[in-house]
Amino acid sequence: MKTTQILIAGFGGQGILFAGKFLAYKGLLEDLQVSWLPSYGPEMRGGTANCNVILSDDPVGSPIITDPDVLIAMNLPSLQKYVDAVVPGGQIYVDSTLISEKVSRTDVQTYYIPATQMANDAGVPTLANMVMMGHVLKNNPELSFDGTEATVAKLVPPSKAQLVELNMKALQAGKDYQP
Amino acid sequence: MAERVLMKGNEAIAEAAIRAGCRHYFGYPITPQTEVAAYMAKKMPKIGGVFLQAESEIASINMVYGAAAAGMRVMTSSSSPGISLKSEGLSYIAGSDVPAFVVNVQRGGPGLGGIQPSQSDYFQATKGGGHGDYRMIVLAPASVQEMASLTIKGFNLADKYLMTSMILADGTIGQMMEPITFEDAAVETYDKPWALTGTKLQRKHNIVNSLYLKPDELEKKNIERFERYKVVEENEVMYEEYRMEDAEICVVAFGIASRVAKNAVAEARKAGVKVGLIRPITLWPFPKMALRAAAERVKSFVCVELNMGQMIEDVRLATECKRPVSLCNRTGGMIPSPDQVLASIREAQKGVN
Repeated sequence: MKTTQILIAGFGGQGILFAGKFLAYKGLLEDLQVSWLPSYGPEMRGGTANCNVILSDDPVGSPIITDPDVLIAMNLPSLQKYVDAVVPGGQIYVDSTLISEKVSRTDVQTYYIPATQMANDAGVPTLANMVMMGHVLKNNPELSFDGTEATVAKLVPPSKAQLVELNMKALQAGKDYQP
Repeated sequence: MAERVLMKGNEAIAEAAIRAGCRHYFGYPITPQTEVAAYMAKKMPKIGGVFLQAESEIASINMVYGAAAAGMRVMTSSSSPGISLKSEGLSYIAGSDVPAFVVNVQRGGPGLGGIQPSQSDYFQATKGGGHGDYRMIVLAPASVQEMASLTIKGFNLADKYLMTSMILADGTIGQMMEPITFEDAAVETYDKPWALTGTKLQRKHNIVNSLYLKPDELEKKNIERFERYKVVEENEVMYEEYRMEDAEICVVAFGIASRVAKNAVAEARKAGVKVGLIRPITLWPFPKMALRAAAERVKSFVCVELNMGQMIEDVRLATECKRPVSLCNRTGGMIPSPDQVLASIREAQKGVN
């Protein structure tokens, strides 16, 4: 049995909940058990936002994550708030365009991805979240990159089909990123 | 097998209600249940139903009362402060013996409180809220799948027993997404010869009313109603037992608290602690007999709740205080961690050994 608890955190407006939805739908399409829990409240653009995603072979117990296996930090306050909660052996993904601080823990695997810069360079400035997701998929073989386009297509409303291509561009950039 | 779809708990309620035949929704927005209304606003006009955002909670519950009296499958949804406002209407609906379906996606209280998840309306839901001698069937989903299945069940039970059934959820289960299927949508329909549908000059007119000025008549009505409630208590209790087979400690929790508690029970079992969980699915009728039976077998109870200790009173009543019952709780929008529940289980274990 395998359960992966993923915590995505950042500012409202960075697509934190969307990134979580992407992982949840990816899990759904791979026949995993899934839960997706957003922070909610007066947290629109500018406030803090986070999202708990659990992917498991077994029914998900509590949807609330206290000890994430994977932390995706899209701003400094989020990294500072959750860095110590990550389980030993876990993964931390840092958007290094927005966070210059380094993770001092040595018992976790840390990946620094200049996601916001990469998204800008790729002409998809609002999709730093998906650049991060691309790199997360690369490092978590239980979530294969296959079927990514079908997942994105599920998330994007049919009236905005052009967004599938842009999301794929961001995901591919994240996947291909070499530090 | 039906397709698995990913849905928010609040959306699952709305979709299930439509599948249950509900074509009348009256509400007023409030966090964290607004997705129920939003879903209804989008869907109802397309299927010939009514979505109406009333001028207030009080107006909306009285619209529910009216549509219910006309024999419609009707619902409203709100969150804690909004349910307080609806309580007068709930009492009138009970006094008139019409079926209604009400959703409370709870947030922290009292007063305007906060918007984070809570279970502090347990008393209000199970003991009244409104005035007078009455009961509501109270259903406590612990997953998005149950948000859907208990909604359909709730409509069925309301029509069957001519009373309100309420989903008592919380902000977490309302906001979270999980995969669900709608294959078990067992919709029951009941004749409603009492409904106000117009006589067409072919029958005696029906009356739906809660005013009985003669005390002997009112007493008779109340006694009749409680005879019906007794049938509900005998036939409609639902609960889940988890790892209770050889348990010495019994955790009791409903809704989101039961999900956290289940993690803690699984963790404690790994450490060799003989602990199980009873999860009431109906809060009224409360699974008294299951708890009474457990009290014969276990040595101690731990009640996990997102409030200052409300269901714990029913646990003590059901077990006739035969065993110690301790409380593990957070309130105001906070949720206990599995570790906090585990610590309470360990504490209870000290008393056992």
